[in-house]
Amino acid sequence: MSSNSVTKFESLAESNINEKPKYKILVVDPQRCDGCETCESVCSMAHDNEFNPLNTRIHRVRIEPIINFAMNCQICDHKHCIEVCQPKALSTDEETGLLVVNDNKCDGCAACVKACPYGAIVVHTKKNKAIVCDLCRFTEKGQPQCKEYCPKDAIFLIEIDPNEKIDPIERILKIIQKGFPNIDYGKDSIIIRTPDKN
Amino acid sequence: MEENIYGYSLKCARIDLTKGTIKIEYLSKKFCEEYIGGYGFIAKILWDEFKPGTDALDPSVPLIWCIGPFPGTILPTSSKYGVGAKSPLTNRFGFGISSGSFGAQMRRAGWNMFIITGKAPEPSFIYIENDNINIIPCKDSLWGKDTWTTEDEIRSMFSDQRIAVAAIGPAGERLVKFACITNDRNRQVGRTGMGCVMGSKNLKAIAVKGTNSIPIYNPKKFMERAKELIKLANSSDTLKYRLHGTPVNTMNFNKLGVLPTKNFQTGYWDKAYKVSGEEMSKVWVVKKAACSQCPIACDHIVATKPDDPDWPNVFVSMDFESLFGFGPLSLVDHFPAIIKAVELCDRLGMDSISSGIITAFAMEAYEKGYITKEMLGDNPVYKNGFNWGDGKAEVQMVEDIAYRKTKCGDILAEGVRKAAKILGGEAYKFAMHGKGLEHPGYELKGLKTASIGFAVSPRGMCHLRNNAYGPDVKGDFDRLTFDKIEDRVKYIAKQDSMMAIIDSLIVCKFTRGIYKDFQEMAEVYEMVTGIQMDGKKLEMAGQRIVDLAKCFNIRECHAEGIEPISEDTLPWRHFHEPNLDGPTKGAYINEEEFKKGIIAYYIARGWDEKGYPKPETLKMRGLEFVIGKI
Repeated sequence: MSSNSVTKFESLAESNINEKPKYKILVVDPQRCDGCETCESVCSMAHDNEFNPLNTRIHRVRIEPIINFAMNCQICDHKHCIEVCQPKALSTDEETGLLVVNDNKCDGCAACVKACPYGAIVVHTKKNKAIVCDLCRFTEKGQPQCKEYCPKDAIFLIEIDPNEKIDPIERILKIIQKGFPNIDYGKDSIIIRTPDKN
Repeated sequence: MEENIYGYSLKCARIDLTKGTIKIEYLSKKFCEEYIGGYGFIAKILWDEFKPGTDALDPSVPLIWCIGPFPGTILPTSSKYGVGAKSPLTNRFGFGISSGSFGAQMRRAGWNMFIITGKAPEPSFIYIENDNINIIPCKDSLWGKDTWTTEDEIRSMFSDQRIAVAAIGPAGERLVKFACITNDRNRQVGRTGMGCVMGSKNLKAIAVKGTNSIPIYNPKKFMERAKELIKLANSSDTLKYRLHGTPVNTMNFNKLGVLPTKNFQTGYWDKAYKVSGEEMSKVWVVKKAACSQCPIACDHIVATKPDDPDWPNVFVSMDFESLFGFGPLSLVDHFPAIIKAVELCDRLGMDSISSGIITAFAMEAYEKGYITKEMLGDNPVYKNGFNWGDGKAEVQMVEDIAYRKTKCGDILAEGVRKAAKILGGEAYKFAMHGKGLEHPGYELKGLKTASIGFAVSPRGMCHLRNNAYGPDVKGDFDRLTFDKIEDRVKYIAKQDSMMAIIDSLIVCKFTRGIYKDFQEMAEVYEMVTGIQMDGKKLEMAGQRIVDLAKCFNIRECHAEGIEPISEDTLPWRHFHEPNLDGPTKGAYINEEEFKKGIIAYYIARGWDEKGYPKPETLKMRGLEFVIGKI
């Protein structure tokens, strides 16, 4: 990791500079997400300077007819991906909790892809190396670009407590239940199905 | 292959289904610059390769699938594709545009165009994975299944839920003339019966999976511009499409007296609120979904209640154009019936606009005795006949048409123009179509500019060719008279090119407000492709494309011995039967004034008084090759 990119990432977390370090993950509001795939395209552009949703680090999930969502690395506790990696190419970054792929060691075997229960890791179609969300800290912009471009502002950067023992799916559910900050769309509010009046 | 062109992949496959051969060609830079994509490519290929006068369902005719330069990028609404052929419904220029994921997959697979000819010896589908094109027989697997099942099964077959599948349903297989092509469940190449052409080629579906990356010419500038455009696509210009979706038109049109009601007998319905966008949002919408790379998400997924007595848990995407035919036009105010009818159209593969018009036509034909009880068949749902406002019968009728189940369904499956001819007598007086294409949801007796714009559309009665209803609805022109005719036709002629470019690039018409002018579109075009472009060149390309489509129609008219001007007209009812009530009570279209308007439009386009593009016009627009052939 170059010192330059570390600085960029710290600036992202400067709001809680005096508190104990917290990890950050991306969580998508399924109510706002409409499954447009923009996050995937933007992710590939941010990292590779070309569009290819297969080489994305955030993955849209659409279950017809109405479920739309996107998911990336949830910084889970169990880290099956690290366990199964034979060449020992995967590790956790202490400071941010993010998964780091050592490209010199990764042989593209995709064992981690199969091990990840959240579908957060894929093997890059050109480089043949595992890729996983790095919150864009190694890219030019240094900030999560999917969040920047999401047309519906459905992607949120949320702090989590690294010491809390919780299943990531439960954590997402809790976050969703708590609700997301309101974004002022003016008259254009999100429509939630209301129960029948009669 | 020429170098340094981005956006376009330039690669074109000629697929001959009779012989099972595939030939690869490359498009030239000049061709791309002149015809841009979608609509333009289709116009040029049809002009060049269609043998005048050939039957639309003859195996030899080309069926063209193409994209423009943008799919696969994050440009708002870029993932679109177009399909074109001679329309079996109108026997004129036919094409339709759809979105979803198909355009982006096609681009990632590296294809710019497919030209499909011949007829497969047995029902088949085409599966494309990057360079590999496979023609796979499917008589025992997919043939006979609806579009949603076909999509699911092809995705399972190749173990990839993201494969783009564009399929026809039972209606396309049975050559229903207004059969559509469905992809991503809710998106259709709806108009002019492209699904029927697919059916005639024994082609059940085209499925594409692409894994290649898409570089663009100036990524840095493009990403900045795209960000602005995404923001703009979420601004007030598109609020209408995001808030309640296009069904918000229902109440707006009703207020203006231009909501087509009771098969265009009038423009006002006292029960309109029951099928309005506002009511729909409140009661029926369960989710808004988006096509690939679309920031607007106009797709309003509606669902019937889990305890609906007739059709529980039916999910479908609802638009105004689908809604008006099955709703106000047929006097059906029971929303679940409309949901079910539209769902059946999407699944069985029929254009929901055409199907709605046909249903309303059938109701009037039953009332007037042209359709008898015997023709309806013995289904108990018709025990009282086929009457205005009968939602259950309407839903059944959609199925009867798609499967050509009954005598009535079989006749209606030919489209409203032909059906009126078969029924005979004065049935043509209430057959609402232009050039054989069923009438979209605008009551033209109260929209005079639109009446000209719709009538001159090359693909038949169409609201998407020149935005002509815009100034009527906004009040820029007096919508009840033909005054300031010169200004009106100039506006239409200009919008002709704008819409042709939008359909060629191809982006969604809902984003038309986010670009100021041709120049802004040209700038984005240049950022993506690296091909030098400016607003004037782009506008000229638009003129060229519309003229070429018109010339295709002229050539087909001559092959049939018809004068082209006789087709640029409106249904009989608009001229002779004034609206019965509402704000436009008594309004009708004065045929003489209308005809003057049509001629004024020809002149504004640089055509002669009979609607033939003048040689000097053709020359100026780079269409020298047409001179002497029309």
